[in-house]
Amino acid sequence: MKTALLAGAAAAVISLAMSGAALAADITGAGSTFIYPVFSKWADAYKAKTGIGLNYQSIGSGAGIKQVEAKTVTFGATDKPLSDAELTKNGLVQFPMIQGGIVPIFNIDGVKPGGLVLDAPTLAGIYQGKIKKWDDAAIKALNPSVTLPSAPIVVVHRADGSGTTFNFTTYLGQGSQDWADNIGADTTVEWPAGVGAKGSDGVANTVKQTAGAIGYVEFAYAAQNKLSYADMKNAAGKTVEPSLDSFAAAASSADWKNAKNFNVVITNQPGDNSWPIAASTWVLIHTQPDDAAAAGEALKFFDWAYRNGKDDAKGLDYVAIPDSVVTLIEASWANITSGGKPVFAASAM
Amino acid sequence: MAVTTSGTFDASQTAMSAKARQVILQDRIFYYLALASAVLVVLVLVGVMVSLIVGAWPALSHSGLSFLWTERWSKKAQIFGALAPIYGTIVTSVIAMIIGIPVSFGIAMFLTELCPQPLRRPIGVAVELLAGIPSIIYGLWGFFYLAPWLAAHFQPVFGALVVIPVIGALFVDSGSGLNLFTASLILAIMVLPFITSITRDVFQTVPTLLRESAYGMGMTTWEVVRSIVIPYSRVGLVGGVMLGLGRALGETMAVTFVIGNSHNISASLFDPATTISATIANEFAEADPGLFTASLLELGLVLSIITFIVLALAKWLLVRGEIK
Repeated sequence: MKTALLAGAAAAVISLAMSGAALAADITGAGSTFIYPVFSKWADAYKAKTGIGLNYQSIGSGAGIKQVEAKTVTFGATDKPLSDAELTKNGLVQFPMIQGGIVPIFNIDGVKPGGLVLDAPTLAGIYQGKIKKWDDAAIKALNPSVTLPSAPIVVVHRADGSGTTFNFTTYLGQGSQDWADNIGADTTVEWPAGVGAKGSDGVANTVKQTAGAIGYVEFAYAAQNKLSYADMKNAAGKTVEPSLDSFAAAASSADWKNAKNFNVVITNQPGDNSWPIAASTWVLIHTQPDDAAAAGEALKFFDWAYRNGKDDAKGLDYVAIPDSVVTLIEASWANITSGGKPVFAASAM
Repeated sequence: MAVTTSGTFDASQTAMSAKARQVILQDRIFYYLALASAVLVVLVLVGVMVSLIVGAWPALSHSGLSFLWTERWSKKAQIFGALAPIYGTIVTSVIAMIIGIPVSFGIAMFLTELCPQPLRRPIGVAVELLAGIPSIIYGLWGFFYLAPWLAAHFQPVFGALVVIPVIGALFVDSGSGLNLFTASLILAIMVLPFITSITRDVFQTVPTLLRESAYGMGMTTWEVVRSIVIPYSRVGLVGGVMLGLGRALGETMAVTFVIGNSHNISASLFDPATTISATIANEFAEADPGLFTASLLELGLVLSIITFIVLALAKWLLVRGEIK
């Protein structure tokens, strides 16, 4: 999330202007920065094919939720699923659009990329400020063959609210009861230690330039900025490295079928190959849209993306939603209606 | 002939009165336009304050004045206290003043008393250009260059002072350059041009007669500055300092980049902290409606009040200086 107040306000103004102007052909959306790279890639291809553009404001999940509730955009995108009550209250439905991984990144003198292994309790200890030095016994136990310096750990977290933080803190809570009880999981939490940086790029840059730093970012940021990321010990006790395969393994073990409103957080999934800090982005859309045509266009775009956007997603290190889940999702679209008729079936196919 | 004369006279009279009417009309339109502009400013100010109070009301009525001295800022517990941001705002501004005032006074003294004529303009322009750099540029520069440099070269040196009892706690090195001290240093650089230009102006108000007499009596430059220039312009100087302080208190972007954004209050200057404006900039976009948003608006209200007091004090001192 690169934005502050200004960008939020600007986005609001722009989307207001867009909805007022005769640019109804463009699909409007706002929210998660996690999904933004994929959306912009899909949007280019979709526009080339259909002539319909996507105007997506990556202003952060929380701001996206506010925008869609206020109906200034057709859909919102969030990395933190809404509860059943929240969805009902605002007349929204949610469904997963993309999945990916969050990785711990570090900057330790003499330790190579991938040369560090961590697990949930240790990571929670570090983020609670209980594990203060890199040569702490807990870290040494996980990395018997690595020479760790006796340097202080500089903890870096997000200063702004973020879906990445929600998934990361959910995972820390699964590894540490103490974390779950006292700090919890949310887009912004009461950080007991460390430095706050703005946005994923802020975290990436702070870690890059601070000796002894540790942070967490979405995998694409780590890959693009060539940051050293750590391997993780997963729920099955196996050490896995972050990759498309391990993200896909985590995604595949998620039980979407039995989850009401697709409310599944895919951290700490079982499976030998599962990357433990996997995350999803959900799309939010009104069940009774004011502008049925716009909602129909948005759903058509999502349908196209599910079917034709897999390679684009893969190229950006994201995991596409499996076909079996897409079938479930599109079945749920029957609930998005206008005048009693489903918006999607009515306008497409 | 008489008729012609009077006819000409009449015509010119009516022409004049038409012109006069036009002038009066113009004047009136101008008056109302100017009045409207003036009223608009007052309306905007009142509107902003009222909407801040209305927006902050849920928080104001929920926690009352204890908002001001609660340190905890927790979305989970729904406890929002302003102590850490208020502490950060005031401490960074005060340190910025401690660094910025002597340097500004030095520049102003050099420019008015010591500087060779050909150098005055270039140095003066350089100081003013410093004021023209957007704050986000200071933020980026601070984040990418100043903070890592301080962390690598400055903090370890001062970190050695930890062994001194009591004040040693001020220098515990967090290992990161994003901290209270870096933010204060950036602020000091940002307020330099403001304090310098006012200081230079008030130094120039010292009558040449006084100054020349002092030199004539055999006083050194330092003695003239200390005993004549500073006492003469003291009140104006305080005003300039207060305007700089007002700027430091509200600065957002540059500080948000380098302060480390932590709600934990720490004794060490090298630990991350937060300020009121940085907290609002970071958290507003993702804040839930209700107590969270209201608390952020209340923070804004607190900052407005602090800045208002500082600026009012500055204005009052400047006016008093002019009367004297």
